Amino acid sequence: MANSGARSFLQVAATEEVAPPLRVVQIEGLVVLKIIKHCKEFSPALVTGQLLGLDVGSVLEVTNCFPFPIREEDEEVEAEGANYQLEMMRCLREVNVDNNTVGWYQSTLFGSYQTVELIETFMNYQENIRRCVCIIYDPSRSNQGVLALKALKLSDSFMELHRTNNFTGEKLREKNLSWVDIFEEIPIKVSNSALISAFMTELEPDTPVNQCDYERLQLSTHPYLERNMEFLIECMDDLSMEQQKFQFYYRNLSRQQAQQQTWLQKRRAENMARKAAGEEPLPEEDPSNPIFKPIPEPSRLDGFLINNQIANYCNQINGVAGQSFSRLYLMKALHES
Amino acid sequence: MASGGQTVLQFPQASTNLTARIHPLVIFNICDCFVRRPDQAERVIGTLLGSVLPDGTVDIRNSYAVPHNESSDQVALDIDYHHNMLSSQQKVNPKEVIVGWFSTGFGVTGGSALIHDFYSREVPNPVHLTIDTGFTNLGASIKAFVSVNLSLGDQQLAAQFQEIPLDLRMVEAELVGFDILKTAMVDKLPGDVEGMEATMERLLALIDDVYKYVDDVVEGRVAPDNNIGRFISDTISSMPKLSSEAFNTLVNDSLQDQLLLLYLSSITRTQLSLAEKLNTAAQIL
Repeated sequence: MANSGARSFLQVAATEEVAPPLRVVQIEGLVVLKIIKHCKEFSPALVTGQLLGLDVGSVLEVTNCFPFPIREEDEEVEAEGANYQLEMMRCLREVNVDNNTVGWYQSTLFGSYQTVELIETFMNYQENIRRCVCIIYDPSRSNQGVLALKALKLSDSFMELHRTNNFTGEKLREKNLSWVDIFEEIPIKVSNSALISAFMTELEPDTPVNQCDYERLQLSTHPYLERNMEFLIECMDDLSMEQQKFQFYYRNLSRQQAQQQTWLQKRRAENMARKAAGEEPLPEEDPSNPIFKPIPEPSRLDGFLINNQIANYCNQINGVAGQSFSRLYLMKALHES
Repeated sequence: MASGGQTVLQFPQASTNLTARIHPLVIFNICDCFVRRPDQAERVIGTLLGSVLPDGTVDIRNSYAVPHNESSDQVALDIDYHHNMLSSQQKVNPKEVIVGWFSTGFGVTGGSALIHDFYSREVPNPVHLTIDTGFTNLGASIKAFVSVNLSLGDQQLAAQFQEIPLDLRMVEAELVGFDILKTAMVDKLPGDVEGMEATMERLLALIDDVYKYVDDVVEGRVAPDNNIGRFISDTISSMPKLSSEAFNTLVNDSLQDQLLLLYLSSITRTQLSLAEKLNTAAQIL
């Protein structure tokens, strides 16, 4: 370690340029409660808010947050929204809250958050802050007694690809990127100040059962599963639409290639004839001909996102069904005893 | 507080049936503000937001700190800040209005009357919430007060702070889980299965407790309590009486439904990963 002590500041500065990858998102209990309050109050409307905190090495600390007013598609309102954001940040700074944006949170319904909008918002944030995270809270899932909080970020390779906005099959193959690699889930840690943990220990009611237990033991999960299945079916429809788009594209492509072939053969035969007649051969390509115009390949992004959605719904169904199993067996055992 | 020795001293009764209800977020926010207070400040004060329910309960749902300066006999509140923050908060949730103010520390202090006066101009009859962050009496004391006029005959004498009952709404905290909120650091959020396990353990413990109690009563070790007995019999009678067969079909049908769903979702997932593999196979070729 003697060597590292003798390093010059320049060296230190140079090594610090390489940021370690983000490993953990550390959220304060306060932020968890604030997010839940905001999302629950406005549910089923979807809401968003900003996360404030600190970026410490491989840990992103989220120490505070504030909600955004419900957005309306109006330019005037949008400008007001920006003002609101600045005003809120200024106010919070005055009471010594960390004044550093680290991302945003949003509510979702049945985990249907994988949208193009999310990716675009993320890219916007990413432009300004090097490290940002999106926290997703699902109020509908919380009714099952689960704390449905997730921290997401886009993977680096996906972001790179998104910047060039090139989602052709060839490019994706080159990068070896599949739909699983779009989102990265980051483990969440919850931290509390000593003061809060003292208060909570003191104030914890002395009951053996709490609200969460009631909800977990609710036998009726059918509405939730039904909605999930409905969404899943919708996704399937979307996916088959996407696939049709691709089939259409490939059919067009092969038809075009066939046309090109016939044209080329004709041109070659013509050239042979011209050669025999001692004339200059015609060029073997003709850019002005419409059959040489490349057909744009549809973006695979939508398909990828739908795949992600489907996987998510499947996971949710698996989780809830698994829970119901234990519940049913519990009921059976209780009934028998 | 003021103990009127004279018979003519009147305590108005009207506002004493007021109760306040506080959500855990408020406590969290105040504690956070206290931790982040400026160096020289001894306490933080701020505004409480919420609503007054139809039955007169004051529902305290949100809060924000307001910077202030305090010297021995005067308090200067940053009123501009207060108004800015209020208008920002109202943009998000117009239903939350000022219902009072909070201060850290044990009980009411000298400057409190002045601040209370200020809030009285913002909203009629504000609630004053104190949170003892110093744990003065070795306990987390959270108290709510309202101002009550003290009059001698027809003459207005003074106002006094009267404590009102405070209802801690811990349901939201329970939803998150006390285990997460009370420890200084939790490495992992509990998943579906862990939560279910904890719940089942608790249920089992409860059933054991009831068993033990009933056995004790039957064997004469514990004096029977009719109330508890009634609760137990209510609980048992709330279970629908089903024949064993009917119950079995019910459970089995549900199980089969769930299994079908599970199968369906697994098959979908397999399809997806198969498609994924085919895609990679296409690259190699």
